[in-house]
Amino acid sequence: MSEAQIECRDLWKIYGKRSDEAMQAVLSQGLSKEEVRDRFGCVLGVRNASFSVRKGEIFCIMGLSGSGKSTLVRHVNRLIEPTAGEIHVAGKRVDTMGEEALRQLRAETIGMVFQHMALWPHRTLGENVGFGLEVRGVPLAERRKSAEAALESMELAGWIDHYPDQLSGGMQQRVGLARALAADPEILLMDEPFSALDPLIRRQLQDQFLSLSEHMHKTTLFITHDLDEAIRMGDHIAIMNDGEIVQVGTPEEIVTNPVNDYVADFVEGISRIGLISVETIMEPLDGRDPTSRQIRIDAELGQIIDSFMDDQSPLTVRDRENTPVGLITIKAALKALRG
Amino acid sequence: MDLWNIFDKEWIPIGVWVESALQWVVVNFRFIFQAIKVPFDIVLTALEDGLTEAPDLLILALIVLIAWQAGGRRLGIIAAVCMTAIGLMGAWEESMTTLSIVLTCVVFCSLIGIPLGVLAAKRDRFWMVLQPALDLMQTIPSFVYLVPIVMLFSIGNVSGVIVTFIYALPPVVRLTNLGIRQVRPDMVEAARAFGASNRQTLYKVELPLALPTIMAGVNQTIMMALSMVVVSSMISVTGLGQMVLRGIGRLDMGLATVGGLGIVFLAIVIDRVSQSFGQSSRDRNHQKWYETGPIGAVRTLVRK
Repeated sequence: MSEAQIECRDLWKIYGKRSDEAMQAVLSQGLSKEEVRDRFGCVLGVRNASFSVRKGEIFCIMGLSGSGKSTLVRHVNRLIEPTAGEIHVAGKRVDTMGEEALRQLRAETIGMVFQHMALWPHRTLGENVGFGLEVRGVPLAERRKSAEAALESMELAGWIDHYPDQLSGGMQQRVGLARALAADPEILLMDEPFSALDPLIRRQLQDQFLSLSEHMHKTTLFITHDLDEAIRMGDHIAIMNDGEIVQVGTPEEIVTNPVNDYVADFVEGISRIGLISVETIMEPLDGRDPTSRQIRIDAELGQIIDSFMDDQSPLTVRDRENTPVGLITIKAALKALRG
Repeated sequence: MDLWNIFDKEWIPIGVWVESALQWVVVNFRFIFQAIKVPFDIVLTALEDGLTEAPDLLILALIVLIAWQAGGRRLGIIAAVCMTAIGLMGAWEESMTTLSIVLTCVVFCSLIGIPLGVLAAKRDRFWMVLQPALDLMQTIPSFVYLVPIVMLFSIGNVSGVIVTFIYALPPVVRLTNLGIRQVRPDMVEAARAFGASNRQTLYKVELPLALPTIMAGVNQTIMMALSMVVVSSMISVTGLGQMVLRGIGRLDMGLATVGGLGIVFLAIVIDRVSQSFGQSSRDRNHQKWYETGPIGAVRTLVRK
């Protein structure tokens, strides 16, 4: 647990005037969302959410609109006050933090990217990107240097004195990213950053962000309503429904082993090639002799299918030390593909 | 007594009560109202002295330059034509007095109205209390509070400013409140997410984004102040309004027309200039204000 960079424990958010009463009732009687609404006039935003994000990983929170994912992520920098529960970020307890410490955390440790960019139209890109430093009282020259560097990392070098409305949507969101990165924070919160963009640009930005994140190793909490995107981006995925985290796991675990019908429905249309590892579909050797046809343990499902194209006899799986560890039959491969 | 005509007698002597209450306030608290007058007096006197004592042509040039700076060459020409017309009609002195009263009123309406509007946007309960007060200020006919104002503040230009202030304050409060409330919530949230305090969020994000709406409020306040010019001349406020009032009193159509035209021309200039102030640099192709107009022209000349 020591390497967890973001950790939320038993987090609850109930909106409304009688939220404390409602909280008590939910804990003692286990009311549903609808019962809370009818009896207390309160809206249950987040229900008993616990998750932890390891340092340097991309953690996706996936859910449909209204599932509470945006609410959940706003607890991490306490833009929304939790009704109950604990939040730890970078070794600090956020939910009990004082005002000034919280502002410092937001400005220095956490960068945030918004769905509709939320760039300030009256400020130049430089002033937008340097805002976090500005409110901490960093002198102008230094701010400008950081802003320049951040814009350059997003391939927007010459645009520092332009205004947001002079840029296209994709460029604007790159500015949004640059603004989040300007103070070199350890943590990025990304609230559906690419949802408002058209598919081609979205793909480009996803790739750009992935390659960026490979050498920057920022701990990222990434919100999306698109499972494809979650699988592409995430090291781990949490699936939310009605304010509750339904399942947490690696993309492979989610796709191959959905915990309930809700998740299964989501996963149905997802292509499994590239997601399923050899390890999950191979059978142990159990004393059988290895066949002549073999495949490495880190191969992808696509490669396995390719090798079965002209010869349907089983493949021997060899691990990194080249010792045979298992067998894959064509039946297992096809089953994995079918799901 | 005739039972059929019971209303011949005054049963509730509200007039007497108000009269004596007001008398009591005047006797015991006049010094407070005299103190309230002081800041209004200082600003008004400074503006009036400056505008009337400086050479007419200098003031004319200054007004034209300000108009040009605020709204481009076209507005400069409009201002030049209107102000020259006022001067040629022989209403220059009076129009300067009226201008200084309107400007004083705008200064105080903005100084008090904008903070009130911001507070109203932040606190729903305060807004709920403030709203009926603003409604009252706008709906009570101004004639009704002329008398108590005169009793508390006496007559003259300063009292005129105070009457005008009461009447003209609501729009700037209302539109500031509206402007701040209409700022996109994610803009404010983004500011908070990057560590801005409430004050920083207000000054760096909310006020600049609400500025066009706030300036529309200031513009409305100015127009309402101008519409009080004639009414306030009844408590012996000088200026263009007095020309109109005197013209009516003596059935001197000429004098009344000159005063009326003066008000119209002055209104055109002030309205257009104050509207242009509300334009953000985004509407001007991101040119900074000092890159356009006469100052921009001088800057490019100096650069060469």
